[in-house]
Amino acid sequence: MSTSDVTTTAAAPTAEAAPPGVRLRLADTALGRPGAPVLHGLDLEVAPGDILTVVGPSGCGKSTLLRTLAGLLPALGGRVTQDGTPITRPHADRALIFQEDALLPWRTLRANVELPLAIRGVPRAERRGRAEAWLERVGLAEHSGRLPHRVSGGQRQRAQLARALVGEPRAVLMDEPFGALDAQTRAGMQRLLVEVLQGTRATVVFVTHDVDEALFLGDRVALLGGAEGGGRVLDIPHPRERAAHDAAATVALRRQVLESLGM
Amino acid sequence: MSAPTSSLRSRPAPEAPGARAAAPRPLRRRPWVRYTLRAGSLLAALGLWQSLTALDVNLWLRFAQFPSATDVVREFADRLGTGAYWQDLTDSLSRILTGFALAAVLGVAVGTAIARSPLVSDLLGPVLEVCRPIPAIALVPVAILMFPSNEQGIVFITFTAAFFPVMVSTRHAVRALAPVWEEAVLTMGGGRGRVLVSVVLPGALPGILGGLSVGIGVSWICVISAEMISGAYGVGYRTWQDYTIVDYPGVFVGMTTIGVLGWLTSTAVELAGRRLTRWLPRTETTGRPAPARKEAATP
Repeated sequence: MSTSDVTTTAAAPTAEAAPPGVRLRLADTALGRPGAPVLHGLDLEVAPGDILTVVGPSGCGKSTLLRTLAGLLPALGGRVTQDGTPITRPHADRALIFQEDALLPWRTLRANVELPLAIRGVPRAERRGRAEAWLERVGLAEHSGRLPHRVSGGQRQRAQLARALVGEPRAVLMDEPFGALDAQTRAGMQRLLVEVLQGTRATVVFVTHDVDEALFLGDRVALLGGAEGGGRVLDIPHPRERAAHDAAATVALRRQVLESLGM
Repeated sequence: MSAPTSSLRSRPAPEAPGARAAAPRPLRRRPWVRYTLRAGSLLAALGLWQSLTALDVNLWLRFAQFPSATDVVREFADRLGTGAYWQDLTDSLSRILTGFALAAVLGVAVGTAIARSPLVSDLLGPVLEVCRPIPAIALVPVAILMFPSNEQGIVFITFTAAFFPVMVSTRHAVRALAPVWEEAVLTMGGGRGRVLVSVVLPGALPGILGGLSVGIGVSWICVISAEMISGAYGVGYRTWQDYTIVDYPGVFVGMTTIGVLGWLTSTAVELAGRRLTRWLPRTETTGRPAPARKEAATP
């Protein structure tokens, strides 16, 4: 099972070969654990290269949504697809970045970043070079030989970002990755993320409970939960461009989001 | 010019470099002090033994018939020159190392399988739980019935003694692994084998090492007892022989040999363990792994 996984992954077409249209789709989907659905009747589409931020209060099913997209949790109903193919199990083409520290503590930052490549059977010299390049992009070049517990929380999240992107996945799923960081580090990480993603064609689903973060990062913002509860999704297209030009627009957007969430 | 009333300033600390090293660190002593303390503790125990026996102390506890430390040292020196002593020693060592190695491999394999697979847990769990409370030394009759030679029987008993601590601690360590590590590897496209090699075994290693440490100690107890009961040669056999011919200094030589060998082997396990788990966050004062704590110190 694992062998065939690796081969498919290695042979998987890169972002260029992907069909245009919809990268990730949920159609009339019910999510949650068997017997305890969290969301139902959910429809969502993410276009290739888009950053979709999903915002909603704690417990509204944001993490469940991501885990379903990652293939870690089967959908209870409806269809969940990537490029038209049903998502049934985890795949290297959909990287997941966790809120908690998911680096392997016994591996150096470099060895952690190398891991996705090692799983695909990339030769040692090549994967080392690619890992080093990514660590440099996220500003960790001089820490690459350190163990995770020797660097700060923000640096660990940078390493997680490098580990997720090193394998050039077509989709990156981020589960409140900056939730545990202090405000200053967080702002820096948000800028780094936007900067780093510009060089890739990755489609991003970024889950957060922070409205400002959602507005800053998203090409589109989806609201989950909210006044009526359940799986209603409200689309706010291109908040980043609008917000960048006009502070009043930001305030208006923010109010719109909060009202829709029933706050 | 005076500074505004509300301001935040930082000024370099006036202390010279090295001031931090001078800060009180109650738990940390220089290495030579620590080695002196250890040697002193051993010497004090020997001195107490020597004076109790030399003075023929008889205060409810009776030391009159007890061989003195010097008697034992003299006997020890004699025996070190004989081939029989070294033969016994290598016999016991090869038995314990064989049994312990088997127990380490099978204990980790079975413990992991039980922790990871409900099916294996259901199939093997009850049998193992019934066997676990049986003292390994009570298996002597079983060993005699089952194995063609005493040698294999003794290795079997040693194996059984070490197997359970290793298996149980592996099982607990594997069950306690953070699921996020496994999920991370799965979303990188890793399969079951990759999860096992890259997450389960390294992650469970600190717990497994605890089991190995306990296991090597129990192994010694059982190898010596088994040799006393059914052995031909070996430190335990020799010690029992000396007892039956009322050679008390010889008995003490045997006991000392067991003590030293046990100490050496557990130290070896301990050192190997530290080497393999260098990645564990360690507290600065003791050099030991810090108590379980998710967020480690940051620079």
